[in-house]
Amino acid sequence: MTTQTAEAGQSAYNFAYLDEQTKRMIRRAILKGLAVPGYQVPFASREMPMPYGWGTGGVQVSAATLTPEDCFKVIDQGADDTTNAVSIRKFFERTAQVETTTRTGEATVIQTRHRIPEEPLREDQVLVYQVPIPEPLRFLEPSEVETRKMHALEEYGLMHVKLYEDIARHGAISTAYAYPVKVEGRYVMDPSPIPKFDNPKLEMAAIQLFGAGREQRIYALPPYTQVVSLDFEDHPFDPSKAEHPCDLCGAEDSYLDEVITDDAGSRMFVCSDTDYCLARRDAGHEGAQGARA
Amino acid sequence: MSGKFFEEFSQDFSKNLWGAPQPLLQVEGLSKFYGARRGCADVSFDLWPGEVMGIVGESGSGKTTLLNCLAGHLAPDTGRVLFDTRAHGMQDTVTMSEPERRMLGRTDWAFVHQHASDGLRMNVSAGGNVGERLMAVGARNYGDIRERATDWLGRVEISGDRIDDRPTAFSGGMRQRLQIARNLVTGPRLVFMDEPTGGLDVSVQARLLDLLRGLVREMGLSAIIVTHDLAVVRLLADRLMVMKDGQVVENGLTDQVLDDPQHGYTQLLVSSVLQV
Ligand SMILES: Nc1ncnc2c1ncn2[C@@H]1O[C@H](COP(=O)(O)OP(=O)(O)OP(=O)(O)O)[C@@H](O)[C@H]1O
Ligand SMILES: [Mg+2]
Repeated sequence: MTTQTAEAGQSAYNFAYLDEQTKRMIRRAILKGLAVPGYQVPFASREMPMPYGWGTGGVQVSAATLTPEDCFKVIDQGADDTTNAVSIRKFFERTAQVETTTRTGEATVIQTRHRIPEEPLREDQVLVYQVPIPEPLRFLEPSEVETRKMHALEEYGLMHVKLYEDIARHGAISTAYAYPVKVEGRYVMDPSPIPKFDNPKLEMAAIQLFGAGREQRIYALPPYTQVVSLDFEDHPFDPSKAEHPCDLCGAEDSYLDEVITDDAGSRMFVCSDTDYCLARRDAGHEGAQGARA
Repeated sequence: MSGKFFEEFSQDFSKNLWGAPQPLLQVEGLSKFYGARRGCADVSFDLWPGEVMGIVGESGSGKTTLLNCLAGHLAPDTGRVLFDTRAHGMQDTVTMSEPERRMLGRTDWAFVHQHASDGLRMNVSAGGNVGERLMAVGARNYGDIRERATDWLGRVEISGDRIDDRPTAFSGGMRQRLQIARNLVTGPRLVFMDEPTGGLDVSVQARLLDLLRGLVREMGLSAIIVTHDLAVVRLLADRLMVMKDGQVVENGLTDQVLDDPQHGYTQLLVSSVLQV
């Protein structure tokens, strides 16, 4: 995290947009989050020069985490080139002058919405999630006072009521995104709207930080934290991989997006992680429609 | 015969009747004030295992306040509420830790609200409503949970094919029966009910009372039922406590209190019913 303070006389400019006091406040929340994995730490979310839906929570966590030496990557639904990803990347290029990249392996701080990179992350990397709704119990219990109490007292029966309702209605647990997990056998946590396919990756070497701007919450997973997806004995958690390799790079282990390729409704399945797909193709891997793309 | 005599007699009687070594619930000097206004004051009584006690009294006499203090929903200002816990015997539920109290609330205690919407999750299916307490105490097998929910719906006379419907699609009587199933599925030992038949049609009330009476007898439940309907008391309660202005004015076996009321207020209450 940054050791740089505002340079004397330059009151209008500060590294990574936020003033040092705000960053310190956010870092305290991050440290508390790391000390109590999965616990939602309240923080005084600041106005950012972008709308809430753009991941202001993630942006504030990134701002408090970045150092001038960092290399920054932004993923939006797996891609680096969406408007949202480009804007956030540009924002930090301008306000922090950090190096940016689209390569997962090169990045030291990765801000993400909706995906975990396919390439396993390392201990020297930080993954920052943009979180819209941090409270996994919100769906069934609207009262904030009550959900806080439920977390404090580990009263998590309600989480299984949600999964029960899924099975009763659809014959299987149909929750495909934001699939609830239990952290270190203690706090139930919403992993943000990543596909449940990514849930097993939540146990990783990198530090994971979650920022919710509108809801003013930060939570975290230290490296190698135990993260278990909730389920029933007779309906075990299933990360559900499509029975299909990537049509471009041939990968059989990645999360795929279905893409419509022409007016006739032709479709293909491609890696949602564009960097992963590109790196594989650069290395000579090819899928069924690889030549055409 | 004095009221005091009745009290002693009825307590001896219930001791003999149920043959239990000690009360399930012992309430001592319980008071709750809302600012300067008296909610209930200096209430003391014992409830024995398997006993059903009715609490009657006019509107504002403190029945709901007392019930909420007993069930841990309200913190009383003074007094003790001793409950015979499975693990540690008699414990004061007023001073025990909140996690312990909430654990009792979803295991050994049940609370049936007057308005089913206060006691049900209206956006969750009937099966999910019944299953919640099971899941809250660790049930993690979907098939088992569903089986027990189906069984309980049957016991409260809700057809099994309604298991995936939400209570919003149920009639008032069905909702109330669903609330009862949801509460009894974990085999509680003490059930608190606040006007369980209030707001229902007379014929629906009768059916619900029948059902409640069957369940109470069959499961050997202890219960405290707040009502201002003396017919409910007559049908369900072994013992009766009459409240006025937050205080207990009479306490005894139901038939004796109703047939030979000692306190002037109880006499008024009983005679007003007889006139109907
Ligand atoms: N939240 C509150 N704040 C202030 N006063 C209250 C509150 N709840 C109850 N009271 C007062 O306490 C007294 C007892 O009320 P309570 O609701 O316990 O009566 P009740 O016997 O249940 O009446 P009812 O038959 O109408 O339900 C009344 O004077 C009432 O106005
Ligand atoms: Mg009341």
